[in-house]
Amino acid sequence: MLRWIVWRDLMLAWRRRADMLSTVFFFVIVVSLFPLGIGPETQLLRTIAPGVVWVAALLASMLSLGRLFANDYQDGTLEQLLLTPQPLFLVVLGKTLAHWIVAEVPLVLIAPLVGVQFDLSSETLWILFASLLVGTPVLSLIGSVGAALTLGLRGGGVLISLLVLPLYIPALIFGAGAVEASVMGTSPTAHLSLLGAFAIVSLLFSPWATAAALRISLE
Amino acid sequence: MRGDRRLFSGLDLSVSPGTFVQLTGPNGSGKTSLLRILCGLLAPAEGRITWNGADIRSLGEEYVAQVTYLGHRHGIKDEFSAVENLRISNALNGVPVSAAHAGEVLRQVGLAGRESLPARLLSEGQRRRVGLARLLVCSTKLWLLDEILTSLDKGAVSLVRSLIENHVAGGGIAIVATHQELELSTGRTERLELTT
Repeated sequence: MLRWIVWRDLMLAWRRRADMLSTVFFFVIVVSLFPLGIGPETQLLRTIAPGVVWVAALLASMLSLGRLFANDYQDGTLEQLLLTPQPLFLVVLGKTLAHWIVAEVPLVLIAPLVGVQFDLSSETLWILFASLLVGTPVLSLIGSVGAALTLGLRGGGVLISLLVLPLYIPALIFGAGAVEASVMGTSPTAHLSLLGAFAIVSLLFSPWATAAALRISLE
Repeated sequence: MRGDRRLFSGLDLSVSPGTFVQLTGPNGSGKTSLLRILCGLLAPAEGRITWNGADIRSLGEEYVAQVTYLGHRHGIKDEFSAVENLRISNALNGVPVSAAHAGEVLRQVGLAGRESLPARLLSEGQRRRVGLARLLVCSTKLWLLDEILTSLDKGAVSLVRSLIENHVAGGGIAIVATHQELELSTGRTERLELTT
């Protein structure tokens, strides 16, 4: 069942490739604006790089979250998904997984490339990659709760940001912290472990919260 | 209840297998709400719905596996073709169909030659027919059909009638909200009229 949901959402994303690409371009452009605006001050760029890349990843994921359930809601397929004989949290988990693959994985892959603009060492670029790899599932998981809660509301996009961005703060602190530690030459393991723990906690709780929120939104 | 308004109350209905229930009533009388309550999407403000004597809330997925609900939103993805729509919705309902079978069913509902077009290119009535195809491949006991006849031509209306006749003859239950009269030649028919 999970396989079908993930396959369905991946196919849908593939047929609407432009949506996916716009998120990636947004991320690349936002990150690239900083070196252009600040100029070639390598020390400063290296210091701000972790924060900038991570904040850009958070904002980019905001762009795609609105579509997580909204399209299915409008054409009635979400109702049908609720009426399939399987636990709703599995449906939610499948959709969240597909969202992560479609909206977050491209950012993770391209982040080391855009990180080069900040004069980061290759080791730090690896840590940046690792921190995003561990941290972005949190963005999809927590974001799905916000997307479900704001379903069908006017101006839902802004509301999602207000709801979800504060909840992203731990991921931002530990994710950017890991990269920062690597820039300073200390070990990023502690930050990465905490980030991983946060990812596991959100994996345990958010599918249920999202399922409950969806039921309320569809009443 | 929708908002502060009580749509209907004192509704006591017991439906036995092999019955067709036609739900009528003016716009806004609560037909859709009643169907959504019956399929469990909406919780009733008071009272309960039972299936074989057990509350549908406690049955959960076991009950849902017995129900096919066609709402007035089609539940069809514009990006997918008719075949893909049918196969995906069936797979998610636990009754996978092969591409060949799905194509055959779609030809039966009058979509021959359009099985592989993206659904966004189909007309309103043709999308409805994709939804109808689901009725042909499902094995559920209870059908809840909301405004099923809207934007269907005469041929499709008689198709719907024969589908429901077969379903009811096989011991199934069909509860249909509609403005048009739907006369079945067989089976037990009950009419339920909601008033505002």
